[in-house]
Amino acid sequence: MVTYIIRRIIGAVLMLAVVSMVTFAIFFVVPRAAGATADDFAARYVGKSATEETVGNLADRLGFNDPVVVQYGRWVKGIVAGAEYDTGAGVENCPAPCFGYSFISHQPVWNDLLDRLPVTVSLASGAAVIWVLAGVATGVLSALRKGSVFDRAAMGIALAGVSLPVFFTGIVSLVIFSYGMGITAPGGSFTPITENPAEWAYNMILPWITLAFLYAAGYARLTRAGMLETMGEDYIRTARAKGLPERTVITKHGLRAALTPIVTIFGLDFGLLLGGAVLTESTFSLNGVGKFAITAILKNDLPQIMGVTMLTAFFVVAANLIVDLLYAVVDPRVRLA
Amino acid sequence: MTAPLDPTAPAVVAAPSGLPAGTIQGRSLGQIAWMRLKRDKVAMGGAVVVVLLILIAIFAPVLVGWFGHPPNEFHQEMIDPSTMTPKGGTGISGDFLFGVEPLNGRDIFSRVLYGARISLLIAFFATLLSVVIGTVMGVVAGFFGGWVDTLISRAMDAFLAFPLLVFSLALIGVLAQFETSLAVKGDTLRILLLIFVIGFFNWPYIGRIIRGQTLSLREREFVDAARSLGARGPYILFREILPNLIAPVLIYATLLIPTNVLFEAALSFLGVGIPAPTATWGGMLSDAVKYYTVPHFMFFPGMAIFITVLAFNLFGDGLRDALDPKSSR
Repeated sequence: MVTYIIRRIIGAVLMLAVVSMVTFAIFFVVPRAAGATADDFAARYVGKSATEETVGNLADRLGFNDPVVVQYGRWVKGIVAGAEYDTGAGVENCPAPCFGYSFISHQPVWNDLLDRLPVTVSLASGAAVIWVLAGVATGVLSALRKGSVFDRAAMGIALAGVSLPVFFTGIVSLVIFSYGMGITAPGGSFTPITENPAEWAYNMILPWITLAFLYAAGYARLTRAGMLETMGEDYIRTARAKGLPERTVITKHGLRAALTPIVTIFGLDFGLLLGGAVLTESTFSLNGVGKFAITAILKNDLPQIMGVTMLTAFFVVAANLIVDLLYAVVDPRVRLA
Repeated sequence: MTAPLDPTAPAVVAAPSGLPAGTIQGRSLGQIAWMRLKRDKVAMGGAVVVVLLILIAIFAPVLVGWFGHPPNEFHQEMIDPSTMTPKGGTGISGDFLFGVEPLNGRDIFSRVLYGARISLLIAFFATLLSVVIGTVMGVVAGFFGGWVDTLISRAMDAFLAFPLLVFSLALIGVLAQFETSLAVKGDTLRILLLIFVIGFFNWPYIGRIIRGQTLSLREREFVDAARSLGARGPYILFREILPNLIAPVLIYATLLIPTNVLFEAALSFLGVGIPAPTATWGGMLSDAVKYYTVPHFMFFPGMAIFITVLAFNLFGDGLRDALDPKSSR
């Protein structure tokens, strides 16, 4: 077990290293291959009005003239140990984990990300509770009553759910429930849970349901397929034959086996969402990590884009690691493989 | 897959005694699958809609010529200058079938039709790219095994761990800056860019499935039989394994198209897809957010996305049931 955990952690760290290399390559190697010079990079930090001399100086100070490997090393070192940025007007300190220093917002990227994280965590965790409960329950009931009216209606809605983009359902629900009926909060409302939990929930309820609907639909389809498969297995017949109550057969024998693939997918989905629910946050004007990412891209703020990409990748890798470790606890076969 | 699917192999069935020879015909597995698909009314409904959508996309200029106005033509006369919204609420009439946009009065019908072209074009070619990369990688990994398999499998894991949307947003942002130094420009460049980015990031989904299928096919009896008859690697790969991969490739390609339609719509919605004034469904929706008092503006592009994605999903599900009866719903 211990070796398994260590192996998985090493794997996760390696994965993050790969992601960091790819991220760096996208932003520093690809533009260079397409013909960008060191001054072009520097110009993005000082704006268009700067003289060529200022730009050249900045390129030197920020080290854009160094070999790519050195620049990558400096970036990684910043994340691990912190860094200092000489802006010319003074030295800006960027403590670890330093994902870069934005010369547009004049802040270390990490501070900006920390500001946005509560919104995204609220959105993702609330929606996750709803979609897991609703999706799995619907899937199980549908599978147990295969072909019934409930099953057909539920699967019809689920198919519609996976076919609707979240930014469409989001706008429509805003128009109907917030602007039309006035029973939910308008877009852009957020209150931290520490300030007023009731208001927090009231503001988040519409984004939660909108986001959860999309995922619940997918999870219902998956759970149903998984349940249909496991309920046809021989060990279910054995469980019934030895006289176990149907409840126990369904929950302990059927659902438990059907849930394992769902857990894997949940890890990936939830990790991705923590790194920014880009579409939902944009639709509801929530200032989360996802909105931050898209704004950074539209502003062309290089350090911010790289920081948010690494944060998202970190969440995905961490969520996968946790799922893998939970698996090993639940299912002993995994450790041996 | 319960049985190898080889449409070329003639299935010979001996006619039972008592019946004149020729009344019972052998059916290939491909024919059986086609019969199953034909009986699935929902799937066939999806297929009909898909065909219609493709025809609409191809003949959009003709249809717009008959029933609409050029997609970027302003119709200020249709706009109430005091509210900047269409006169009479929507502007829907025999002349403007889906009404007009607020502010400049562009014909929504024409823009939805032209949006179909961009959406389907990008979705099809991005899917093609993913399928080609995914199949090659999956077959190579599954067939050769060993370190090749380890390398490709790890690469697929890494790809799946990437924050897809953020990465593609970032990559498009980076690549688009070099528009001036490239040979193609404007919308053509953007379309190629979206096809590349969407297709490139989606290949591991197909790759994983194909690898798994190849692994299990490799161990099947008919491959053993071919090998014991003296068949070599290339023969087994191209004549025994690849024909059996046609079904899963077809199924997952059909199911990837709607995902890519949604992906393109999302990128356009976020403002990094095909830039205005070219009509895209996602772009129209992102404009419509600002005019929530005029709901018909968001309704038509939204429904266009919904119908397209739903039709492909229905057809894909039916295709899977027909070709792969084991996964009966």
